[in-house]
Amino acid sequence: MSSTSNNIKFNRRAFLRTSSLASGGLLIGFNLFTACRPEAKPPVNLADLNYSDFNAFIKIAKNGAVTIFSPNPEIGQGVKTSMPMIIAEELDLPWNMVYVEQGHLDTKNYTRQVAGGSQSIRFGWDALRQTGATAKQMLINAAADKWGVDASEIKASEGIITNAAGETLGYGDVVEEAAKLEVPENVALKDPKDYKIIGTDQVNVDIDKIITGQPLFGLDYKVDGMVYASVLRPPAFGQELVSFDASAAKEVLGVIDVIEIGEKAKSLLSKEEINWTAQLSGTGKVVVIAKNTWAALEGKKALKAEWKEASPLESTDFHDKKLNELLDGKEFATLRKDGDVEKAFSQADKVLERTYESPFLPHNCMEPMNFFANITDDEIHLAGPIQTPEDAAITVAELLGRDVTDIKVEMTRMGGGFGRRLYGDFVYEVAEIADKIRKPVKMISSREDDMTTGVYRPAIKYRIKAAIKDGQLTGYQLKEAAINGNMYGLIPNFFPAGAVENYQVDVANYTSNITTGAWRAPYTNFLAYAEQSFFDELAEEMDADKIQLRLDLLEKVKGTTDERIQYSPERLQGVIKMAVDKSGWGSAPEGTYQGFVAYYCHNTHVAEVADVQIQNGLPVVKKVTCVVDCGIVVNRTGAINQVEGGVVDGIGHSMYGNYAFNKGVPEASNYDKYRLIRMKEAPVVETYFIENELSPTGLGEPTLPPAGGAVANALKAATGKRVYKQPFMLDKEIWKVTEKPVLG
Amino acid sequence: MTPKKSIYMPTYQLNVNGKVHSVEASDNTPLLWVLRDELNMVGTKFGCGIAQCGACTVHLEGNAVRSCSLPVSTVGEKKITTIEGLSEDGSHPVQEAWKEIDVPQCGYCQAGQIMTATAFLAKNPNPSDEEIKDAMHGNICRCATYNRIHKAVSTAAKKMV
Repeated sequence: MSSTSNNIKFNRRAFLRTSSLASGGLLIGFNLFTACRPEAKPPVNLADLNYSDFNAFIKIAKNGAVTIFSPNPEIGQGVKTSMPMIIAEELDLPWNMVYVEQGHLDTKNYTRQVAGGSQSIRFGWDALRQTGATAKQMLINAAADKWGVDASEIKASEGIITNAAGETLGYGDVVEEAAKLEVPENVALKDPKDYKIIGTDQVNVDIDKIITGQPLFGLDYKVDGMVYASVLRPPAFGQELVSFDASAAKEVLGVIDVIEIGEKAKSLLSKEEINWTAQLSGTGKVVVIAKNTWAALEGKKALKAEWKEASPLESTDFHDKKLNELLDGKEFATLRKDGDVEKAFSQADKVLERTYESPFLPHNCMEPMNFFANITDDEIHLAGPIQTPEDAAITVAELLGRDVTDIKVEMTRMGGGFGRRLYGDFVYEVAEIADKIRKPVKMISSREDDMTTGVYRPAIKYRIKAAIKDGQLTGYQLKEAAINGNMYGLIPNFFPAGAVENYQVDVANYTSNITTGAWRAPYTNFLAYAEQSFFDELAEEMDADKIQLRLDLLEKVKGTTDERIQYSPERLQGVIKMAVDKSGWGSAPEGTYQGFVAYYCHNTHVAEVADVQIQNGLPVVKKVTCVVDCGIVVNRTGAINQVEGGVVDGIGHSMYGNYAFNKGVPEASNYDKYRLIRMKEAPVVETYFIENELSPTGLGEPTLPPAGGAVANALKAATGKRVYKQPFMLDKEIWKVTEKPVLG
Repeated sequence: MTPKKSIYMPTYQLNVNGKVHSVEASDNTPLLWVLRDELNMVGTKFGCGIAQCGACTVHLEGNAVRSCSLPVSTVGEKKITTIEGLSEDGSHPVQEAWKEIDVPQCGYCQAGQIMTATAFLAKNPNPSDEEIKDAMHGNICRCATYNRIHKAVSTAAKKMV
């Protein structure tokens, strides 16, 4: 097992710079991602840098107040609170003396400011601690000079520096001197036992603004003279604009103009390096420019447009057929292969094979996609909610043929991300609009625009096959058929990889014109349900105890030297055992049925037990017990919030989330036809953390994937029937009683 | 571009948070957009535009209403309260409870949640768990902070006794 000093390499010299402030005080800059990611290169010659070249800072004022600039985009995952907590811990300050501000993107100098993959805390852990500790040591050194004593005789704690004689100085008293000192090497980090801030409950730093309705989000961003834009995009995937009639739209009160965009995006489409964005469609789009949002949206409704079929218009039954063909076919890429699964199947006493299916899903961030742009010959000013501000800036520069150094990006708080705001299609749109009209403008999507012209979780089918011989699992094969791309990274090496002698993961892909992309916990958000459902079936088939089967298989992984296997069998066993204990597994009261899941993804180990009852013929998830091993818990209240949210989100989408296409047109466009989980359906979530001193890992995603599987396994216990398809509530075989749930 | 010569926006006198504001808006403009775009009160959020998610909830004469589906022409002299007017300084017991429980994740839907909760508690100061769920069921939280919202409503009820 790794210790708190993990394997991530960094060079302290590459990230720490200090500067005296004109107003008095010390500014310490550090480049988090240069510091933490082995593949990241310093943005420019380090010797030439000054403080503004770094993407996160500590600013210590003469009065002792400390401002920490949070470098990463905040999408609700809590890094704006938790990352500064780590700095403050090592700096040794009372948390109430710390102010947190959102850092902005500076494309001239910064590198890598991204929210995604639950990696902010994991990658930031070492650099954030080093930064705080180094700043503290510089303050101590300055105090030592002042008192004329050795620094080793001085202690700093809670913002106060004390010498052997008992004299004290505040951090602010020595900050000017500290700014002039050399940056010290090899500073000592705290023992986790001495933590005063890490592991406590610290309320979201934006709480006061949120509860009083202050401007925070992209939709709230506004400048004088700003106009509003609404974009009419093709109603079906596969269509392109032929012509439009704007006469009725121009009659709408408040509409200023109607323009067409898309040419610049089309010219960029051939450039391979930006094709990952997927959202640069080749079609023209019609844009209504108006004095206010309502006029822009009403103007768009009044537009008349003619569209042509540029590529085939696909329907859900077509996707279904394609995915089945892929699973039945032979065109697979093999992502992991151990032993010989075919041989294992041929020699098996029993072979179990099951197929699990999931639909497309829209992200449905509560804040619809929107972005601000103001473009002049001198500057491109962008502002709004984006998980990948640097990519957006680079693509806008390419799109408009401008220098990236002309671009300024302000990051606003985001009304949810879930992966949707990794893709900057809306930024490119507003850039093209602003470039044409040369006025400050904000593009706003309606909910219908947001839901029907989105970037979807791809529809996927998994077929899992297992060989059982002499009561042992001897072969395991996972086949994935997916739309627009397959599982990636280390996912093929997740459990039970390493536990079965003959093991293989095969993937096949169908390329569709429906835009797809990352959706909270990509691939595993559905794979966990498929696999963990299969595990239960496997245990039934083997006549084995469901928990013991998992524990026994994990036992076989211990001591593995396979570097691709990054889950820890010990830690997964740890969460399993605690979940059994805390959930009252096996002793549920009559009428309550339990389902069990243990899963590893995003570097965090999780076990969940769902308690389900059947009321009036329909399932009610009463409680989920969730045990998490994410190493050190940085901000306990924030961590529990992420855990609970992930569990409830996972249950909601696996039970209700359905998104179908009819000839390229999404069948649901708003919440009257698309069901998101609401309060009455949300179970109680009991959260437990494994207490250890291991380096922390992220929590934005890992509790979501297991939740659907835990419910599916509980539904089997409750009804005797297994659900093979998400969303569960669509299964007409099981739910004979319907109260007409809205499922899209 | 030709300016629209014969059409003028009507003017409305709106009583928002105890102050009367004069605004120009076309008659079918939802109150939501008048608040956000004309009065610069952006605490009230846009979520769905069809009264299904609750992000835009404000009070009209103390009742929780969906401002995205309320044409400005129908408001008249009725008193509107928005999240900005709930208290001077975030000290309404519901706001305090939201802070105490640390409810938000992304925070976008929370103004609507708070406005629904305050109108509900004003009418039902001592609600049961089931009544809280019924009252809050219309407000979507995509981050799924429902357990904390429930706890905060319950905490606020105790504070208000």
